[in-house]
Amino acid sequence: MMLDVRDLNAWYGRSHILQGISLNVERGEIVCIIGRNGAGKTTTLRSIMGLVKKTQGMVRFSGDEILSEPAHTRFARGLGYVPEDRRIVPGLTVRENLRLGLLGQQNGIDEAAAIERIAETFPRLKERLDQIAETMSGGEQQMLAIARASVSEPKMIMLDEPSEGIMPVLVDEMYDLFERMKAEGTTILLVEQNVEIALSIADRAYIIDQGRIVHASDAATLLADEGIKERYCSV
Amino acid sequence: MTLNLFLLQLFTGVALGSVFVLLAIGLSLIFGLLTVVNFAHGAFYMVGAYVGVFLLGLTGNFWVALILVPFVVGAMGLVVERFLVRPLYGRGIDYPLLLTFGLGLVLVELVRIVFGLEGVPFDVPDALQGAVNIGIGWFPLYRLFLIAVTIALVVGLWLFLEKTSFGLIIRAGARDPEIMRVLGVDISRVWLMVFGIGTGLAGVAGVLSAPMTSVIPDMGTSVLVEAFVVTVVGGMGSLLGAVVAGLMVGIIISMTALFYPELADLAMFILMAAVLLVRPQGLFGRKGLMG
Repeated sequence: MMLDVRDLNAWYGRSHILQGISLNVERGEIVCIIGRNGAGKTTTLRSIMGLVKKTQGMVRFSGDEILSEPAHTRFARGLGYVPEDRRIVPGLTVRENLRLGLLGQQNGIDEAAAIERIAETFPRLKERLDQIAETMSGGEQQMLAIARASVSEPKMIMLDEPSEGIMPVLVDEMYDLFERMKAEGTTILLVEQNVEIALSIADRAYIIDQGRIVHASDAATLLADEGIKERYCSV
Repeated sequence: MTLNLFLLQLFTGVALGSVFVLLAIGLSLIFGLLTVVNFAHGAFYMVGAYVGVFLLGLTGNFWVALILVPFVVGAMGLVVERFLVRPLYGRGIDYPLLLTFGLGLVLVELVRIVFGLEGVPFDVPDALQGAVNIGIGWFPLYRLFLIAVTIALVVGLWLFLEKTSFGLIIRAGARDPEIMRVLGVDISRVWLMVFGIGTGLAGVAGVLSAPMTSVIPDMGTSVLVEAFVVTVVGGMGSLLGAVVAGLMVGIIISMTALFYPELADLAMFILMAAVLLVRPQGLFGRKGLMG
């Protein structure tokens, strides 16, 4: 099992945001977490990544307990994360942003070769390598954020609402990319508002509501169940 | 008043400004990354001068003292960050401000106890004594040396920031520390190093000024005010801003001293007020850094 989360609790100040989340992701799977705004999707990913100060429970990655570790060592174990707001570093070029993705790696990946390879996978970034990253469109910045999180070849990557605010043609391109990443052996945990497209590529899905998992099933079943989607996913 | 006198005074201003540049770069780097307003910076400058005095007495060699001082003061900075400043991260900007303010007072008192209230002499090394003719008149060789060392340090630091991986981490970490953690960078180690580099630069500035000013426990107090003015004028967190504003303030002080000495202490504050009215973030600062 790649990721095993049991009874995960998280707090922001005094608000008890996650109230006992349990979920798991098998090696090579695409698993999707869906739910309303404010249900706890982002907090779940942030807690798994180690960005929430107060957490409790168990998070195992590749068999090792990681909940007490800082974020940077979780990355070093092969856990990549693309936050909701992309977090492209302003003032840096596309190439420098990609280099940031290699600084903390311990896989011994050669920088020049890795950037070359990324440029092949993301043709949109190829001709923009020396452009200041924040001058690109939102979709291109999202591609860069994904490229930056995957350039060090993590075992698993977590993506928070990658399709948000991006034009449909780029969303399709992005989801094709996720399927290719899966085919190459990367495990993916996806948080999405765009339920239809997320379920179309996911193996399994969890629905989260008010900090708890309220439904778990394979993606195809959920895709067919209009009632439950209506209940938990309409904004 | 001749043109040559004017130009010589301009040069004096550049030499004075060099010290401000070195101090402001350290302040600015530390604030840019750690959002720590380091009120102990003047004290580190003073400690740099005293460590220089001590090492000069020990070895009798100015060059050895000059090279060792930044490492000694930088190492002190590492200890201060690790054990005093670090526990205060995430508690708001005023906690480390008060801590470093208090630390500055403690360092000044400690130096008073050890070295006494009176100034200690720090002679210009033999090789740098005298004056050279720079075409417009005779200028003290030591001040030329100070300008040259400052240029070398600024260029070196710029290359370090722009061309090395660690420099990339510093530049990116100043904008977004959280994303650096997500990308596997132990940002607290980066903060530690930056605090060490910043205080080391303050130490260098101290030992470099020692032959030109009197080495007294209070020497860092007034210079800290000037360094803050430079940092605010140039823009917190900007290397270029620290350089440009440092030279500006140095030149303004020396020029008002020449033309209208009564205003010499006030001139830089007028400059600061004027800059803040037009660009609240400083000449080269970014908007919303404090946000």
